[in-house]
Parts: sequence; structure tokens; C-alpha cells
Amino acid sequence: MQDVTTNAHTPNIVAFCCNWCSYAGADLAGSSRLSYPANVKIIRVPCSCRVNPMFVLKAFQRGADGVILCGCHPGDCHYVTGNYYTRRRMALLFSFLNYLGIEKERTRVEWVSAAEGARFSAVMNDFVKTVAALGENKRLTDLRCKEDPENA
Amino acid sequence: MRDVEQKMKERAAELLRSGEAARVVGWKKGEFYFDPSPATFETEEELGEFVYNGFCGSNLSKYLIAVSKKPGKTAIFLKPCDTYSFNELVKEHRVAREKVYVIGIECQGKLDIDKIRAKGVTGVMEAEEAGDKVEVTSLYGKTSIAREEILLEKCLCCKGKKHMVADETIILHEMPETKNNRFSGVEKLERMTPDERFAFWKAELSKCIRCNACRNVCPACSCVKCVFDNPASGIAAKANDTEFEEQMFHIIRAFHVAGRCTDCGECSRVCPQHIPLHLLNRKFIKDMDTLYGDFQAGETAEGKTPLTEYTEGDAEPGEAVKPEGQHA
Repeated sequence: MQDVTTNAHTPNIVAFCCNWCSYAGADLAGSSRLSYPANVKIIRVPCSCRVNPMFVLKAFQRGADGVILCGCHPGDCHYVTGNYYTRRRMALLFSFLNYLGIEKERTRVEWVSAAEGARFSAVMNDFVKTVAALGENKRLTDLRCKEDPENA
Repeated sequence: MRDVEQKMKERAAELLRSGEAARVVGWKKGEFYFDPSPATFETEEELGEFVYNGFCGSNLSKYLIAVSKKPGKTAIFLKPCDTYSFNELVKEHRVAREKVYVIGIECQGKLDIDKIRAKGVTGVMEAEEAGDKVEVTSLYGKTSIAREEILLEKCLCCKGKKHMVADETIILHEMPETKNNRFSGVEKLERMTPDERFAFWKAELSKCIRCNACRNVCPACSCVKCVFDNPASGIAAKANDTEFEEQMFHIIRAFHVAGRCTDCGECSRVCPQHIPLHLLNRKFIKDMDTLYGDFQAGETAEGKTPLTEYTEGDAEPGEAVKPEGQHA
């Protein structure tokens, strides 16, 4: 994504938010008039453990520069244990991506409850800043999914 | 190994004759001595083609998924490391234990024909183990090669010569173990910088021709409908425009078997492009051992795997990835 005014690269961020905590947290951030960057695209999932590793990769394929997963705090899962499984899966997946040479800062898991609107906004601001510093994701993207700069 | 083959053949004949087993899964003669292929034998006549030699590296357990569904009992010859995969298949209800008669067989470590050829020995007619040497008979004469130099990659880090499950065993000789640190390759990569690692994997994975041999041979990869067969998966293409598809395929393939992979090494063995796929699986194994305690898939046919279990104090994903140079 290009910023038309400065021509600087603004990162595309995909945020998977669980329906019960983090999505409500994002709502609270909004109704509390707390800002978070507009380039964070939220995808609502029933539970953080609904996120298949393939979702994360697919997001990168289609041009995401960073992927963040938000769920209820461990122990607070609406489905009791979902986020515990997410934690293990994502720990392994992120370590694995790092092993393949994908910058580990591009992936993150944060626990945000429905009462933590301020935290949601802070987390997103921080994540966007981190990913923006890394620049464009070139390692895990599919060239066919990129806009052709000549036809843009 | 010829006496072992003889014994196995006799036993297979007995089982078929007595009706104890309706079929026997083993290896039959290939085009050459060094390419025996997995086969099912249903009559004593068919056993004429039966072989067991140093090149029978393939893990037969996966064939049971289809074969053991047929009426009657299926007898199968399993090497010690193959029994881990068998246990996993029983655990996942892919194979019914009572439909299978497991014959644990002797294994001296299996040989890699490419490593023999690399030594300048071609036209291999026979290979017979003799202690820590292998006597290789080729069209051009006899050569004696140190066993460890021509073992398959998977046999260099042998899991041990104990059968995890067996109804009977055929062991006529002592079975030497070759124990190397199986994580040395993973550790070497972990010490590299992310850029070096990326360059390494890009070079390796771009060789992939998406033949799916690694997927098809894997005993843990046994879904009837595979995510990669879905044309909408975005990774079903045979010819790839960019390297993303290989990365995606190999990441997901390794992830789907994480916690169930017994490290049988079949994926690397069958890869026609010689991609070191075991380095992907072993990374998951190493991480799981470090984060959730030592675990060996297939040791038993019961219990949970690290990914189907949790504790309240598990490491957070952010902590699991150690800063550069500080890998556990």
C-alpha cells in the first residue's frame, strides 16, 4: 500500500480477532474514541483457535506485511480451552517461520479482553510501528498477488 | 541378510498356508537389486518374488490403511522404526490393531544407493552386511565400504532397534545402532542469520517439483481428502509461478504432521530433488521437546500429542522464538 501524500510504504496488517474478547475490545477502542491505524484489517473469528496456520500464510501470500492474532486471555476463553491450543500452535508456527528466515516481528499473538479497548489500540499502534520499520514483506508473498506497479 | 530373508519368506508362507493371514505385506524384487518395491502377497506362489535386503528402506506401515480394510488378517513386516508409525496409525484409528499381525524384523540400517554411487560403485548386484562393513558386489567386482558412510540419512540417527509393537520377531543377528545427534542439522541452521536461513531454504525449496511424493509416502499424512487437493487452496498448481507455493506447501505439510511425525525420514528418502525435508520436521520436534517436554510420537498407541494438549503455563508465542544466537 502506498501513501499517496508521502509515497512511503504503509504496511498492510491483518488482525484475527476472536469474537468474544478481542473483537469486542476493538469495538470498545472505537467507542472510547481511541485510535488505531486504519491499515489494520480485522477479521473476526469465533475463537482464536479457529485460525489455521494456513490463514496466516494466506494473508502473507495476498500481500499482508504483518499478521497478528488476538484472543481472550488464557483461562478466559469462551470455549474454555481454545486459546491454549492457539498458544501452542502459534508458538510452533512462529518459531518455524523464523527458522525459514521470515522476520519474526511480522507475526504476533496478543491477548486482549473485551474490557481492554485501550490495550487494543496500544497493541495495534505498536505492531504497525514494528512492521512499518521492517518494510514490505517480500519473503512470503506471491508475486501474482501483487499489484503490477506499471498498471497501477 | 539372506538368512533373514529366507526366514521371513518361510514364515510368510506358513501364515498364508494356515490361513492365519489373508495377505502379507513385504517387499518384492524390483528392476534392480537396489530398488525392491513394497508389495502385497496373497498366495505362496507370489512369494517367489519376495525379497528383504539392505535396500528395503521403505516404511510399509502406511499401506495398512487400505490393505487392512480388506477381509481377514494382514501380516506385515516392520523394522523397528516402522513400528512407531504403526502405533501412530493405530492411535489415530486409521488401522485396526486386531486386523494386523505385526512381524518385527531385523534391521542393520538401510543403505542409500546414491551414496554408494557417489563412491564410484555402479551396477550394484548385491550388498551384504558384515559388521561395520558392507560387502558390495557390482558388475565390476567386489568392494567393501564402511557401513556408516552409505547409510540412509534416517538411519544415521537411528531411534533404536527395539520394536515398539510386534506379535513376533525375526532377529537373527545383532543389530548395531548408529546414534548421531539428529538435531545437528537444525542447530546449524538456527545459528545462521535469518537472511542466510532464507537463502538456504529458498535454494532448497525452489527445487521442489510438487510431485507430492513426500506427502504420499508419509505415514502421518493420511487424510483421505487432502487440503492440497482442493483446487481453491491456492497451492494445487503443478507448475509454480513464484516460490511462494513451495514455501506454503512445505510449511503446511510439516505443520500438519507436527506432533504425529515419528521422524521416520521417508519424506527425505523419497524426494527426487533431494530436499532435506527432515530438517523441517525435526525443527518442529526440537521445538516441541524444548517447549513442552521430550516427546516421541509412536512410542505407544495411546495418549495425546503436544498439539492436542496444553498446560496453563505454556510459553507465549513471542517467547517461544528466541532472539538470534540464543536458541535453546
